[in-house]
Formats: sequence, C-alpha cells, structure tokens
Amino acid sequence: MAEVRRHRNGPVTYALRLAVVAYLVLLIGWPLALVGTHAFENGTEAIRGIFEDPDMVAALRLTAVAAVVATAINTVFGVAVSLLLVRNEFPGKRVLSALIDLPLSVSPIVVGLALVLVYGGRDGWFGPTLESAGIEVIFSTPGIVMATAFVALPLVIREVVPVLKEVGTEQEQAARSLGASGWQTFWRITLPSIKWAVVYGVVLTLARSLGEFGAVKVVSGNVLGETRTATLAVEEKYLNFDQEGAYAIAFLLASVSVLAILIVSVLRAIGARQATR
Amino acid sequence: MSIEVSGVNKKYGDFVALENIDLTLPTGQLTALLGPSGGGKTTLLRIIAGLEEADSGRVVIEGTDATRLPVQKRNVGFVFQHYAAFKHMSVARNVAFGLEIRKTPKAEVRRRVGELLELVHLSQFADRLPSQLSGGQRQRMALARALAVEPSVLLLDEPFGALDAKVRKELRDWLRRLHDEVHVTTVFVTHDQEEAMEVADEIVVVNQGRVEQVGTPDQLYDEPANDFVMGFLGEVTRLGPVRLRPHDIEVAVTPGSAGALEGTVTRLLRVGFEVRLTVQPDASPTAGGNGGGPEPVSVVLSRAHARSLDLELGSRVWLTPAVGAATVPAMVAV
Amino acid sequence: MSTVAESRRGIALPALGHDLTRASGIGLGLAMTWFSLLVLIPLAAVMVTASTTGWSGFWSVVTNDQTAAAIRLTVTAAAGVTLFNVVTGTAIAWVLVRDRFPGKWLLEVVIDVPFALPTIVAGLVLVSLYGVDSPLGLHWANTSMSVWLAFAFVTLPFVVRMVQPVLDELEADVEEAAASLGASRFTVFRRIVLPSLVPAIAAGAALSFARAMGEYGSLVLLSGNLPFESEVTSVRILSAIENDNRAGAAAIASLLLLISLLVIVALDIIQRRVARRG
Repeated sequence: MAEVRRHRNGPVTYALRLAVVAYLVLLIGWPLALVGTHAFENGTEAIRGIFEDPDMVAALRLTAVAAVVATAINTVFGVAVSLLLVRNEFPGKRVLSALIDLPLSVSPIVVGLALVLVYGGRDGWFGPTLESAGIEVIFSTPGIVMATAFVALPLVIREVVPVLKEVGTEQEQAARSLGASGWQTFWRITLPSIKWAVVYGVVLTLARSLGEFGAVKVVSGNVLGETRTATLAVEEKYLNFDQEGAYAIAFLLASVSVLAILIVSVLRAIGARQATR
Repeated sequence: MSIEVSGVNKKYGDFVALENIDLTLPTGQLTALLGPSGGGKTTLLRIIAGLEEADSGRVVIEGTDATRLPVQKRNVGFVFQHYAAFKHMSVARNVAFGLEIRKTPKAEVRRRVGELLELVHLSQFADRLPSQLSGGQRQRMALARALAVEPSVLLLDEPFGALDAKVRKELRDWLRRLHDEVHVTTVFVTHDQEEAMEVADEIVVVNQGRVEQVGTPDQLYDEPANDFVMGFLGEVTRLGPVRLRPHDIEVAVTPGSAGALEGTVTRLLRVGFEVRLTVQPDASPTAGGNGGGPEPVSVVLSRAHARSLDLELGSRVWLTPAVGAATVPAMVAV
Repeated sequence: MSTVAESRRGIALPALGHDLTRASGIGLGLAMTWFSLLVLIPLAAVMVTASTTGWSGFWSVVTNDQTAAAIRLTVTAAAGVTLFNVVTGTAIAWVLVRDRFPGKWLLEVVIDVPFALPTIVAGLVLVSLYGVDSPLGLHWANTSMSVWLAFAFVTLPFVVRMVQPVLDELEADVEEAAASLGASRFTVFRRIVLPSLVPAIAAGAALSFARAMGEYGSLVLLSGNLPFESEVTSVRILSAIENDNRAGAAAIASLLLLISLLVIVALDIIQRRVARRG
C-alpha cells in the first residue's frame, strides 16, 4: 500500500476510508447501478422500445437540440464574460462577477416562473409584444432553450476565469508587439491557451443542459411530441406506471452524464500530467 | 536618431512613474536603462513599445511620430522578462508568428525561421515546445521571435532577470556579440549595474521617474553627475569632504602629503586578489563629526600593494584621494 | 509641443490597444444585454410580481398552513443536510487527497455524478434503492426522510469540490513543523489544517444550502409531495403556478430568491477574505 506523506496508515485512516466508500456506495453507486439493471431487466427491449416510439424520439431530439443551442450560447457568452471580467476594469464588475453565480443557487422552479412572468404570451412583460411579432417563447422551443441556458450559465465562466487569470497577459502583449491585431491575438494566443478550460466548461454545460427538468417543466407546457423533453418523459412514464420505459430513458440520460464526467476527468488527468512534465 | 522621447509623463493614480522625460537614442546602439526597481525604467520601455500610453509627451521612432500608434503598428521587437513564450506552439512556430501575421509567403517564413534559429543556436530544438526548453533557451527563442519581424528597434525588459547567475553571464556576452552582428537599435532594462556596464554602449540612469544621467559606461563611472549615479554604479565611501570609490584612495603608512586623513585599520579582509580595509579616522575638524565621531572609511587595494605596505590590524595609515579620482561632494550628514 | 493624451487615470488597462478597448465595450454591452434578458429582468419580475399584493398579501401567502409547513421542512432539511455535508464533505475530500488506494479514481467520478445527473433521474435512482422495492428494506419514499435523502444526494459535491483543491495545496511542511513541535495528528488537523479549510467549507456549505433550498427534480418521484409530510417549497411554487396564482407563486419564489442572493453575497465576502489572505 502506497504511503502518503510518510504518514502511517493508522486505524483512523482505514476507518475513514471505509466510511467514505460505504457512504458513496449507498448514496450514489448502488442506486445508479440499479437503474442499469432495471433498464435491462428484459434485455434490450426497453431501450429499443424508446427508439421505436416516435414521441420518445421527438423528446430526445428536442432535448438534444435545446442542449446544443444553450451550450453554444453559453460558451460564447461565457468566454466573452470571462475575458471581460479578467482583462478589463469597469464599474459594476464586482456586482456582475457575483451575479454570474446566481443561477447556480436559484431553484429551477423559480427560474421557470421568472421566465414565464417576463415572456409569457398572455400577460408577461415582453411576451405579448413578442407574440404579436410572431415569436412564441413560453410553451415553445425558445423558452426551453432559455431555461436551459439560464441554469447552466456560470459553468463555462467558472472553468475559464481561473485559467485566464493564471495565463496572464504577457503572451498576448508579445503577440501584439509582433503585429497581431486584437482579433488575431484572441484566436491564435488567448483561445488556444484556455482551450481545455473551455472544453471542460462545454462538456459540463452540455451534461447539465441535457438533464434540466424543473425549469423546463414550468416553461415547456409538456406537450407530447412537441415540447416534451426527455427528462419530462421520464416523469410522465414513471407516473403512468411504465417503469421500464422510465428506467430506459433514465439509463440513457445517466449514461450521457457519466460519460461527460469521465471525459472531463480523463482530460484533467492528461492536463495535470502535461503540466508536471 | 532612432528613438526620440520628449516630455513624457506618466502617473498611476497619485504615483508619479515618469516625470518629463526627454531622451534621444541614436540608431544602431545598444543602450541600457539602468536604475533601481520601481524607478520607472520598465514603464519608459513599455511606453516606447506602445504597451503603455503616456499621459503626455511624444515618442518618435525612426523619424515617425509613434505617440498615437498602437503597439502592433510600431514595428518594435519586445522581449519580456518571463519570456512570454506561446506555450502551445513549437519553437519554430513561435519564431514564425510575427511573419505569419504579416502574411509572409510560406517558403520565406521557413527560410527566415531557419536563419534565426541558427543565429540563436536553437536549430535542433525547432520542433520542441517551450516547456521543454531551459530558461536561457526560452529567452533566446523570445529574442529570435522579436528579431523575426525585422523591428526598427529591439526592446528588452530585464531580459536576464529570471535566469540564474551563470546563464545570465553567458547570455549577456552573447547579446553583446549578437548586437555586433545584427546592429539593430537595442534598448534593454536592467537593475544590475555590472550588466549595464558590460553590455551597453550607452547607459541611461533612471531613478524616481527622472533621468539622472546619460553617457557611456566610462563617463558614468568616471564622471558621475551626482551622488545617486555614483552610488548606483559601484561602491562609494566617504573621505573627509568628498565621496569616492574605495579603490581611488591612496594609502600611506607615513605622514606625508598635506590634508591626509589619519586613522587606524580596524578591519582587514582578503578577498581573492584584493584587500579590503576599514579605517577608523581620528576625530578631526575636517571630518565634520556628527556626534558619534567620523564615519569609517572603506579602502580597496591590491594584495601586492597591501603586502608592500606591511598592513595589519591596528596599523596607522594616512589616506588621500588618488590623482584623477572621480569624486562628488559628500552630502552633509544631519 | 507635447500633446496631452487623454488620460485614463485610475483605470490601469495594461497593454490594450484602442480597437480592443472598443471591442471590449461592445462585448460588454452585448453580454450585459443577454444577461439582463435571461437572468436579471426575469428575476426582477419575480420580485415585482411578489410585491404587487403588498406586505399583507405576501405574509398571508407564506404563512398559509401548508406553505409554512413546506418552508419549515425545506429549511430544516436543507440546514441539516448542509451541516451533515460539512462533516462528510470534509472527510471525503480528506480521503480523496490524503489517502491512496486502488479504485480511488472511481470515487472521484462518483463524487461528480450528482452534479451531472439529471435531477429527475437522480430521483429515480434513489427510488430504486430506497423506494417500495428497496433491496435494503428501507422504505423512505413518500416520507420526510426522502427529502433529506434527495438533498444529501444532490448537494454532495459542493463541500467536497470546494475543500479538495485547498487541501491539495496545503503545504505539508506546515503540518510537519507542527508535528515536530510535538502536536498529535488530531491536534495538527484541528489547529493547523482545519482553520485553513474554513473558508472553503463555508463556501461549499453556502452553495449546498442554496441548492437544497431550491431542489425540485429529484423529489418528484421520490417524496410523493405529501402536504405537511414531504412537500417542499419548490413544489408549493409549482402548484401555485399550475393554479394560475402567479402572485402567490412569486411571493414564495421571492423568499427563495432572497436566500440565493444572501448566499452569493456570503460567497463574495468569503472569496474576498481568502484573496486578501493570499
């Protein structure tokens, strides 16, 4: 057994290790594994059933589209805001930097309510105006995208800001002294040096976006085949006693999340190894 | 005249970084901006480069008014203290960067990069990443990168500051030789007077946001304009009414010339080929004592000389300034 | 002869050319517009709608028996789970940083699962082990226990992920110095390690509390939303929305929002204090 920092592995170490492992297995590991076994109780039949049901395929497609669009928006917004926060001084910077984290601590139901109050077609602040211009937000795809973008907003920024701070401005100054314009400096120097942070941010945002439930439930209207997302379908199927179907979709969603975590942790491990080389 | 700086002022909040700087640096020379940390020399260099904007004043480079030009239009090469290597690019790509920005044809880029890597002795490292180079190699890469765009002036900010003593000395010689080959107008910032004296054709001493003196290393050493320049360029001791270099003091063991300061050797230290003495002068009216008696005088002389005088602890000595010694009046101690 | 440049005192913009500054200005404008449209204006709408009924209206909504019970349960469980996380989260971070054993990387992955797993799936996951068909015989679904369980699941990563990097960077020589002065391992932990972890633990606890207060998705399938038993605040807001009682929904929502705001203020203060300490 490898020793860490010359400490002997006393009984406390073993007890702590056992307690932590047991806790994590009971809370996460075991339940997660059960979803897999439930989904495959009758072989691959349940999974195939999902892909043969046009409504379910539509739900999966809607989820994917909303997640991809929201992730694209959040990536551009996140990189821009990170640059502004790290590289510039402006009045209200501290407030903005604090408010950016707000979506992480707001209840998804409150997010949904907030969006309905402003963009609701009937009596929202902007909703009727947008409606008369032919743009429907709530009970439609734009609302789902906005709800998804809202809840995942800080993830890219939280990854990029520390890296941007650490990289510093010297490389950018060098590029500019060699004649590069601001745009060239961004594409050739800044972006490559924050590349991995952006990738982590994107993967985490994508995972979070695919799984958003509460906020989407409020704004979507949950119309079968139209505004029902995959997470809403899980609830629907479970409550309609189609447990196998619910477990099958849950299994698909869980696989994507676990895959996302694995990708990030592998990338991080590679990054850490490169950094110490 | 390659670089002309006139009436440049720069403040950071209440802190005056540069005060009314006028400076002219001729084409083809290697100039050192020398001074203590926080004295404003890096700010001046960055203003010349366009990395910083002066509050007022003008910067003219090669006859063109560059005051309003952003850094990327000034055609200056800038070398940073911590290399500013583009970490994600190979050594060759780093050097090629400025040429690629200028849309130089590929074959031309390859040729120039080859030449430059040859010049800085990094040809065999062309495909490595900066992280695989030593500090000295990285700095040479940064230099090649700055030279690639054929800048009208080359500006180096404490280029050897982050390197260890041995590499520092090698790179210093190497920079001198490189400059003799390339002949680009070069300005470098340093706080190390030895580095400035060894490498530069001309030294500009900057302190507290002002230029104290401009001149060749010899001029500065032999004819310091003031107390600060003298003190910054080498050891200084006080002999009666003047301040001068410890090795510019004549030591006699018999009372001879008039006006000699008489004292006793209180410390004697051999360091290599020289001998350092501390002499406690006798209290005398010329010393202008400040209550605690006259301050001790440091003297440096060669080992052979010390031996011929038969000096030892407690010896009585008579000190006079050497003929032609650089002296400045000592400030009256309060 | 000298042209006086437009001085930008107090704004130390190192090395930014004019065009980028202009670009930054445009970027800032666009980013703020989007941020306002997506986050600030909608959240303001919640506050404004809540205030339309006045103080008495607000008070009657949040003191409604069923709502008050939901708020009481949510606050109790969120606070309890947060306290629990302070202990277990620190312990988990400790094991992840200081202990070494085969399969540890798997724990690293498992820690992040609650963060990336869709909340509705999290609920389903928990039902499979703690629901009616529980292989453990623990029938916690549809009881107040289920709320505690779901909160513990979704808030697990916060304290761990805040504490872990700090613990990782803690210099071993400080601990070794303390040990060389005769401190026992427990004393070293209590007197040397713990004080430097406090800001990270506090930040993790704040996030954990905020997350638990607003939790909804993982409870849908697990808690049964039984009034006075397992119904939480978010569910009350949702039923108000579904009954088209927007003012009532906004009133309860503004209460949650206030807690979120307090949490980010607390986080800001903690971060600033840490930054000052260096």
